[in-house]
Amino acid sequence: MKHFRSVDEAGPDAIRRLLDLADHMAEVNRRPNPKVPALRGKTVCNVFFEDSTRTRLSFETAAKRLSADIMNFAVSSSSVNKGESLRDTIETIAAMGVDAFVIRHKSSGVPWQVSDWTRASVINAGDGWHAHPTQALLDCYTIRTALNRTNSFDGLKIAIVGDIKHSRVARSDISAFTMLGADVTLVAPRTLLPPETTVPVETNLDDIIEDLDVIYLLRMQQERMTESLVPSLREYTTRFGLTPERARRLPEHALIMHPGPMNRGVEMAVDPSELPGSVITQQVTNGIAVRMAVLFDLLGSGSNLEENE
Amino acid sequence: MTDSKQVLGPDDVRRAVTRMAHEIIERNHGLDRVALIGLQRGGVWLAVALAAEIARIDHDIPVGSIDASLYRDDIGLRPVSPGSVSDVSFEIDGAIVVLVDDVLYTGRTVKAALDAITDYGRPSAVQLAVLVDRGHRELPIRPDYVGKNLPTSTAEQVVATVEGVTIS
Repeated sequence: MKHFRSVDEAGPDAIRRLLDLADHMAEVNRRPNPKVPALRGKTVCNVFFEDSTRTRLSFETAAKRLSADIMNFAVSSSSVNKGESLRDTIETIAAMGVDAFVIRHKSSGVPWQVSDWTRASVINAGDGWHAHPTQALLDCYTIRTALNRTNSFDGLKIAIVGDIKHSRVARSDISAFTMLGADVTLVAPRTLLPPETTVPVETNLDDIIEDLDVIYLLRMQQERMTESLVPSLREYTTRFGLTPERARRLPEHALIMHPGPMNRGVEMAVDPSELPGSVITQQVTNGIAVRMAVLFDLLGSGSNLEENE
Repeated sequence: MTDSKQVLGPDDVRRAVTRMAHEIIERNHGLDRVALIGLQRGGVWLAVALAAEIARIDHDIPVGSIDASLYRDDIGLRPVSPGSVSDVSFEIDGAIVVLVDDVLYTGRTVKAALDAITDYGRPSAVQLAVLVDRGHRELPIRPDYVGKNLPTSTAEQVVATVEGVTIS
């Protein structure tokens, strides 16, 4: 594989291969010295046109644990503010000798555009409302390890709750979860649903909560209220938030997930540290392992050798 | 399978394992702090077989496995696909580690495995046990316990399993 830009583009075989590889990376991360020399001499550049400290740190840690060199391109203090075009920025950094770009941008499709301008591999760390494939990968890996579902998610009932319309996490998760065989249901107010969906929609969380294996809460952004998409955050919590009453109605084995950062008191109206099913911290830890898997697959596995020749 | 030739049969393999187990015990004056580590993928069955044989003759010793693909020196030059996840659930510091592989060839896998082991700790010694030594070393590495020395050409393939050793 040359690039990792979306779950659909990668396809089920690559997703499974990356999840298997993440097992190896997780083992590296559990060692007293969690570092391997696999990507010595490779250079990875983080280019984040949107702020995201956690994703950037996760990629940075992943690259370092594989012994790759990592550069961080700080958009706020760069020539982008002097009017340099995206293409010039990418070509300039590429000329310094970069093997992979990790790109986050507010516009959908930017990672595809960037790969036309450079021979380096491109990893999508979030483009607009479109995709966030490494988040989907870490979510799949978390479910797979927590529920011991190595080969498939057949029959797993997963609800994704919240602002589906504006969420690249939701879009990538829907693709990845269904690709692995899960039954995904979206739960949201009509105003926060995309015009078309490929999976069933439910507007009443209480109707399905007792049957769920996984409840995935999305971050509710304050702006959605000023845009009048929800009447008030309180009302949102009442209908779609994970309240103590709802947490009690979840099956005992059910996982509670959130991509972070969390709005306590809004979508998460309980303290997740008091919920035995919460795997939110594991999601963060697993993010490093799956990003190591992606970096190794693109830069070290030789799986792209034939494509290059 | 037309031009493949069996060099050792299942009974030969079993006898070689028994002999190597005795050698490991003898060389280490009993088995204080000895542990076996099979190399993914081909060496794991042999490490398990040696451990079973050593347990039969003497007593149980720890056995683990290691995947050295993240330490290889040919990363990016040829496809690498890791085997099972490494499993080293015992203390490496101060242990006498016997690395176990099915076939010793260029020595590069063993070199990668040596690098990998040092990331788990500092063994007091590392020894190497292989079922087949087929020659053509590219690094200064020699085995301590050998099931069979097998002169080969680089064009040939050697496969060593519990069912026997074939060359093709």
